[in-house]
Amino acid sequence: MEKEKQSTPVIHKKKNSQFRNILRRFMKNQTAVFGLVIIFLLVIFALFPSQLSHADYTVQDLANRYSGPSAEHWLGTDELGRDMYTRIVWGCRTSLTIGLASVAIACAIGVTLGTLAGYFGGVLDNVLMRIVDILMAVPNLLLGISIVAALGNSITVLVFAIALGNIAAFSRVTRSSVITVRDTEYVEAARATGASDGRIMWKYVLPNALAPIIVQVTTSLAGSILNISGLSFVGLGVPAPTPEWGSMLSNARTIMRDYPLQIMFPGIAIMLTVFAFNLFGDGLRDALDPRLKN
Amino acid sequence: MIKYIGKRILMLIPVLLGVVLLVFSMMYFSPGSAEDYILGDMATEEDKEAFREENGLNAPFIVQYFNYVKDAVRGDLGISYTTKQPVADEIFERFPTTFKLALLSTLWSIVIGITIGIISAVRQYSILDHVTRLVAMLGVSVPTFWEGLMLIILFSVQFALLPSSGFTTWKHWILPSFTIGTHSAATVMRMMRSSMLEAIRQDYITTAKAKGQTNFIVVTKHALRNAIIPVMTLVGVNFGRLLGGSAITEIVFSIPGLGNLIIAGIKVKNAPLVQGGILVIALAMALCNLIVDVLYAYVDPRIRSQYVKPRVKLAAAKSATTEEK
Amino acid sequence: MSKILEIKDLTIHYVTDSEVVRAVNDISIELEEGESLGLVGETGAGKTTTALGVLGLVPNPPGKVISGEVIYKGQDLLKLSDAEMRKIRGREISMIFQDPMTALNPVLTVGDQIMEVVRLHQKVSKAEAMKRAMEMMEMVGIEGARCGEYPHQFSGGMKQRIVIAIALACNPNLLIADEPTTALDVTIQAQVLDLIDNLKKKFNTSMLLITHDLGVVAEVCDKVAIVYAGRIVEYGTLNHIYNNPHHPYTNGLFGSIPDFSHKAHRLNPIKGLMPDPSNLPEGCAFAERCPHVTDACRKKQPIAVEVEPGHFVRCLLHEKEVR
Repeated sequence: MEKEKQSTPVIHKKKNSQFRNILRRFMKNQTAVFGLVIIFLLVIFALFPSQLSHADYTVQDLANRYSGPSAEHWLGTDELGRDMYTRIVWGCRTSLTIGLASVAIACAIGVTLGTLAGYFGGVLDNVLMRIVDILMAVPNLLLGISIVAALGNSITVLVFAIALGNIAAFSRVTRSSVITVRDTEYVEAARATGASDGRIMWKYVLPNALAPIIVQVTTSLAGSILNISGLSFVGLGVPAPTPEWGSMLSNARTIMRDYPLQIMFPGIAIMLTVFAFNLFGDGLRDALDPRLKN
Repeated sequence: MIKYIGKRILMLIPVLLGVVLLVFSMMYFSPGSAEDYILGDMATEEDKEAFREENGLNAPFIVQYFNYVKDAVRGDLGISYTTKQPVADEIFERFPTTFKLALLSTLWSIVIGITIGIISAVRQYSILDHVTRLVAMLGVSVPTFWEGLMLIILFSVQFALLPSSGFTTWKHWILPSFTIGTHSAATVMRMMRSSMLEAIRQDYITTAKAKGQTNFIVVTKHALRNAIIPVMTLVGVNFGRLLGGSAITEIVFSIPGLGNLIIAGIKVKNAPLVQGGILVIALAMALCNLIVDVLYAYVDPRIRSQYVKPRVKLAAAKSATTEEK
Repeated sequence: MSKILEIKDLTIHYVTDSEVVRAVNDISIELEEGESLGLVGETGAGKTTTALGVLGLVPNPPGKVISGEVIYKGQDLLKLSDAEMRKIRGREISMIFQDPMTALNPVLTVGDQIMEVVRLHQKVSKAEAMKRAMEMMEMVGIEGARCGEYPHQFSGGMKQRIVIAIALACNPNLLIADEPTTALDVTIQAQVLDLIDNLKKKFNTSMLLITHDLGVVAEVCDKVAIVYAGRIVEYGTLNHIYNNPHHPYTNGLFGSIPDFSHKAHRLNPIKGLMPDPSNLPEGCAFAERCPHVTDACRKKQPIAVEVEPGHFVRCLLHEKEVR
């Protein structure tokens, strides 16, 4: 039954009820909804950091360094006496922005490459996939570190570095998804009516190959946020004054024996964010393709 | 089988050339030059020129690239700018440490991941299943370096049970390998669970039960033998990834491994070291994947027969045709 | 002859959060020693669930035996413990499965898989068990020397022979064959059916044959039970059912078999579909498709009436006649 649904072309009316089905399946999954709720909250934090915390995250209070949580500083202060809560809230904006931007770029490039490789096959497929192999052969984090080291610490470079690491995954997922769709009857039918390759890819192949790509977006977001914090942790991530969870950890590392709370809060923020995206992605995958659900 | 392995190794060559080109051009085109970092601000123009001449940095990009590849094929990865030692020596001095760390971490991930994965699948939808799934999800979400820091705070600082850095006694290995291992374990557990659930539903499980077999044997013999195959692949791929991907954990625990070495090299633009290091990692990962694929074929008789048993296949085909008559 | 199996009012439901699938409802059958009974019905009529119910292998959750008894040689199998039941499975009662492609474990050799059942129920050494496995393979027409090969190295028909070898390895008293030929090529079907029939006669095994093919039943069975939506609608000897069918559904089944003796005869299939077993009507489940439907049919569940000795029909039409 599900197979039929997969192999029929996306007709508008059908799409609507299909969407409702997916939504219904997703909402039934409590942990996935929980993930979505956290993501929603994180987005609110990222959009309105100055309303939800202090507008200026650089305010120093050197007399009050490494203070514990208090009414004034909910999560205490850091090595320069800056408010941890404020910096964590602003750090959310940093992580989500860089994450979203790099995943968007990676998705655009990766999906294009994957679609071309999967749809045309042959030599093009071979060449594109070898390029992807090259990207896969270098661990994402080392790739990111070398790029940032080579091109210098800036947010633009960081976005580029993280994006490059994600392209391979997107093109692989897209390619295999496109290959399964490519040979279906309705694509044959579209070809028989004389539609151009570009039109077939855009109108028939991609919409039906979309589900795994959407799931990959959430997976990549989770992985990217981890990598951003990792890069910042080794000092090759977000440059200094901008609050970022990984660099907060890096700063706190030297004094962690005396002030373990300094390590705790930024780490929890990273974990919670990645956790939320993973939960959401898992639920999404189950909802999009009930056959994969266990 | 040999033919297949040979083909796979041949296919590796362009990938490795590409990796070298990628890293090489990143190092080459990046602003700031190696001699500035290595020789320091006090160096004279003549010193810098001598440095460039000595390291062949005045040649055009393409020439430099081909020279590098030519040398690399012979096992010469150049001389490290900082230590003046051959890069190959430095790398192979560090590699065993990283390898050992990856191996221990993989052991953790197998022990934890596979056991919990099986239990979770067999007791699907039990409280235990729900809890372990959530914990596994947390496990893949936690940044490894943070987990490492937290474990140091807990076991080294609070309880003073285990050392937090260095790599001399077996105690030193526990925290870092566990830190990395739990992350892998989470992925292994998730794969084991879903693969096991899939296997349990197969018809041959009902066949085995209809024979009067006990549930325990049905799970361990019939289901597990099938379900473990994709998990093995994941373990192998994870292992390969750990050879290059545990760099930050090495930094956290001050372990002098390959990742630590490369990151230090990146920071001072020690191009030969970085290129060599990443090349070795890429090669190790690729070989790992190859070994996993070969093992996979060995474990799964359906694939094995494609490579090693043409004689039996012929016999099968023969008797199949006689049956048709 | 003595009764070997008696199923009394067996009811099995699949219970999930959103629905209750009434797969098997009040099924009762009797089987004498050495006899074969055909359980005939469409896909989804609850035949396989009945078979799994006998072996205590209904997947739980979601499957649940609601009520009834499965009496084998005087003891109710549903009341046995897991360990006692395991001694029955494979030795006393064994099963041949529908799809030989998936019924064998792909990563174990066929010899291992036949040997397993022997080792479970007979105290023999590994070597003896392997010898027995090879004998069984020869018996079903496969070279014993191929016992070290894996299932994928055999054709579909041969795999089904191996499944049969597993089922018969311990000389069971009752064999449940769940559509043993459906997944096979037509040419192989007859071979496999002959094989089962011969072995069954040789060992005086009773058989519960599940099928949707009335032709197969006519060849092998002594008694027939026609199942519709989890309920037996007609039950009797082969002669009763084939020469004197009473239930409109049975008549319909015969109508949908091409009859080559009358040239101009058109195939006359039963119109409509079987009702969704999660949403069975209050009255007779066949009412919507029945050519003789009355208002009473939609309201009242018919009871089984004996229209001639040993021939039962569950239909309101005949309920009245008998009264």
